[in-house]
Amino acid sequence: MAVSEQRVAQSFEDLAMPLFDRLYNFAHWLTQNREEAEDLVQETYAKALKGFSSFQPGTNFRAWMYRILRNTFLTSRTGLKTQQQFGSEEKAANETTLPPDPHTPESILLEKLDQQLVRKALDELPIVYRETLLLCDFEEMSYQEISATLGVPIGTVMSRLSRARRALRESLREPQKGVR
Amino acid sequence: MACETWSEKLDTYLDGELPESEEKVAREHLHTCPSCAADALDRMQMKRSIQAAGERFRPDPAFRARIQQAASAPKRVSRGWRWPRVFALSAAAIVLIAALSTSYLQKRDREGRLISELVDLHVATLASSNPVDVISSDRHTVKPWFEGRLPFTFDLPDLQGSPFTLVGGRTAYLNQSAGAELILRIRQHNLSLFIFQERAIGSGCGGASASELNFHLRGWSRNGLCYFVVGDVNQDDLDKLAALMKS
Repeated sequence: MAVSEQRVAQSFEDLAMPLFDRLYNFAHWLTQNREEAEDLVQETYAKALKGFSSFQPGTNFRAWMYRILRNTFLTSRTGLKTQQQFGSEEKAANETTLPPDPHTPESILLEKLDQQLVRKALDELPIVYRETLLLCDFEEMSYQEISATLGVPIGTVMSRLSRARRALRESLREPQKGVR
Repeated sequence: MACETWSEKLDTYLDGELPESEEKVAREHLHTCPSCAADALDRMQMKRSIQAAGERFRPDPAFRARIQQAASAPKRVSRGWRWPRVFALSAAAIVLIAALSTSYLQKRDREGRLISELVDLHVATLASSNPVDVISSDRHTVKPWFEGRLPFTFDLPDLQGSPFTLVGGRTAYLNQSAGAELILRIRQHNLSLFIFQERAIGSGCGGASASELNFHLRGWSRNGLCYFVVGDVNQDDLDKLAALMKS
């Protein structure tokens, strides 16, 4: 094996392994299943190592890894099913204007922000909203990074975030309907 | 900016993604509109809840080890037979680097959460209709008020001759531990000075300096106590207050 190949492997490991736990967490959020999450992460690392020589140093490695993971997910059986379901829903959602968000006293909402309830409410979000919200609020990615990861314009990132947050708030306000 | 327009942009503001010119207008509006300040607090709490709830699934250690091995496998094959000792050392170094990176990221994550928590406490105080439990500009009134309410005491220097005015104080809670929150004013800006026991913080506080959502923070430790000052003033003012408290 040439020295340059060894350097590639070493740099890849140094860059990719610190992301491992969070990539796994994100994969499990997407697939909702341990075995599928492991398969997804394994395939992501295999693809990333193979394509690492084409990675441009100085560009965003984290967004690159998440993009590979998400693209791999979209071509999986669960991912394909999700795409088919969500495609028409988002088109319909984009054609309707959101009514004003009714004001809710924060005391009512805050009482419900129990971690389990938030997780259940996140589970029930359409996957495209769930992933955008997690990339923004949990992974703390900028809109630009999310746009690069998901391969959608920043405007779409913003509208998905807005709809995701609204849906989550509504779900937390109505435990009898939203959080089961 | 009208409240309706502002409300639409609130999440973008809290995500730190508003253009600079709009951000300034939004910040000014937030300071003058209690309704929007309460809404901002509500949304910020939601962001914090998602952040906490997002960390949910942990990989199996055996699975992690398998991926780690695969990610470094080519190196082992190529070098192992030629310089076994060098390889063993470099493999150990890589494992160590990976472990240290994880530990560093976890520490940075903890510090990030601490900063967010302190900024939240500060914003909650500003949004409250009763921001202080003891109202006085006299340090000899404010400091004794904490006696019996906190398991520690602290020094409060004379602020006369400085640009800072003491507004009052309240008890604050962090990691289930009670601490002091002193509200001070400089020009028209309110600052929160938090004092907690070091053991309540857990991740250390010496030399902390950070900015979040345009709030700035300074932290230092002294005699087993952690001090944090949070506010939207410029960083020189925070340094001045920190120097005054350390004097």
